[in-house]
Amino acid sequence: MIALDSRPRLAAKARIRFDRKTARYLLLYPERGLVLNPTAADIAKLCTGEHTVQAIVERLAERYAPQPREQVERDVMSFLATLAERGLMQAEP
Amino acid sequence: MSDAYRPYTLVAELTYRCPLRCVYCSNPLDYARHTDGLATADWLRVFREAEELGVVQLHLTGGEPLLRDDLEALIEGARALDLYTNLITSGIPLGRERLARFRSLGLDNVQVSVQDVAASSSDRIAGSRAFERKLEVARWVKELGFPLTLNVVLHRENLDHVEQIVALAETLSADRLELANTQYVGWALTNRRALLPTAAELDRARRASAAAHARLRGKMEILFVMPDYYSEFPKACMDGWGRRFIVVSPDGLALPCHAAHTLPGLSFENVKDRHLEAIWGQSGAFNAFRGEAWMPEPCRSCERRALDFGGCRCQAYLLTKNAAATDPACSLSPDHGLIEAARQEALSAHSGDFEYRAPRPGVRK
Ligand code: SF4
Ligand code: SF4
Repeated sequence: MIALDSRPRLAAKARIRFDRKTARYLLLYPERGLVLNPTAADIAKLCTGEHTVQAIVERLAERYAPQPREQVERDVMSFLATLAERGLMQAEP
Repeated sequence: MSDAYRPYTLVAELTYRCPLRCVYCSNPLDYARHTDGLATADWLRVFREAEELGVVQLHLTGGEPLLRDDLEALIEGARALDLYTNLITSGIPLGRERLARFRSLGLDNVQVSVQDVAASSSDRIAGSRAFERKLEVARWVKELGFPLTLNVVLHRENLDHVEQIVALAETLSADRLELANTQYVGWALTNRRALLPTAAELDRARRASAAAHARLRGKMEILFVMPDYYSEFPKACMDGWGRRFIVVSPDGLALPCHAAHTLPGLSFENVKDRHLEAIWGQSGAFNAFRGEAWMPEPCRSCERRALDFGGCRCQAYLLTKNAAATDPACSLSPDHGLIEAARQEALSAHSGDFEYRAPRPGVRK
């Protein structure tokens, strides 16, 4: 479980890139890539090690209003868990 | 072309030259005939054309890419195109300052190969004293802030060392460990008798790898590639012919895979003569094994044909002399007996003499 006050940062090996062919963002890492949906792309861009999980949720809840905040929090947590599982993100204290 | 045929990865084989002589090298046996025919500007144009086609990943490889003294310019050009740029290297010859330059030019990832966990056994496979130096390079990679991929090609002489290999990768703080069983093309096929393991050896290694994979989840990515000699069905070689990869050889041939230019009857076009998009979309060689029309039985009516595309064309040719045959590695192939015979041989063969990679007399120009 990722703590709300931790600061997620993309792993050194991962890099975001816009893909003109599909108009989606890709998260690239050695030999692979993940196609990001728009929400995932917004989250990934905020994984800079500066913002806490809490702050990311706040920021996106504002942007996605009137979507309920709980929904946004669930999306953020589940995407961060996917990244952590693949070693693409570290949650720093 | 439809999205079914979109290249994501360009494999730039910058040179076939290499200071090492690995007994499993996947470069073609006649590699010395393919000289470095592309200048810096040619490669940079190829990168641009590839990116326009949809490529987002670039592998700078060879041979040994460090032997190109324009590697700096190539890395810089690749990053200007926002390509995820991966240097695949033996680590030799390389100094720390040059590696630091690569870092400041934006190189994304460095993949270093070692052959085993001790100098004597590793150097025996590489045909050269290289092990200690490779470890030093791997340490620099991490010190300079790069992600590190450690690549170890597996065969009967090191397959029992998977646990020690994982420990070495942990010591080096590798981000990714590739435990790739030898693919029996190129020099590896020449040396198959001495390299092919038994099923029991393979099974132990696979279990050791799976345990490490579970233990290190989220910390180190571990990839174990089965040899298709021991799989029921073949792998989707290169994710299918002309679907996801473009390989460009040192002399400029655009290829669907590393060894495609060893197949007879196909003529591959040179990136110096034609735009990559036209080669990708229109050349006969790229279209030769796309889709299903070329498939023989049993592939043609097999439900796995959209998953593995009938396996490896090079393996089919090397073993049956017919590039359009079902990959003999497939248990349904009428030629599967060739694979079973090799497995049988592995039960009795003990590691023997190697033929090291070298320019072959008569094929060097
Ligand atoms: S496999 Fe060995 S000999 Fe072949 S290019 Fe790589 S390092 Fe060189
Ligand atoms: S018969 Fe052909 S398509 Fe079916 S599993 Fe074997 S190689 Fe794949």
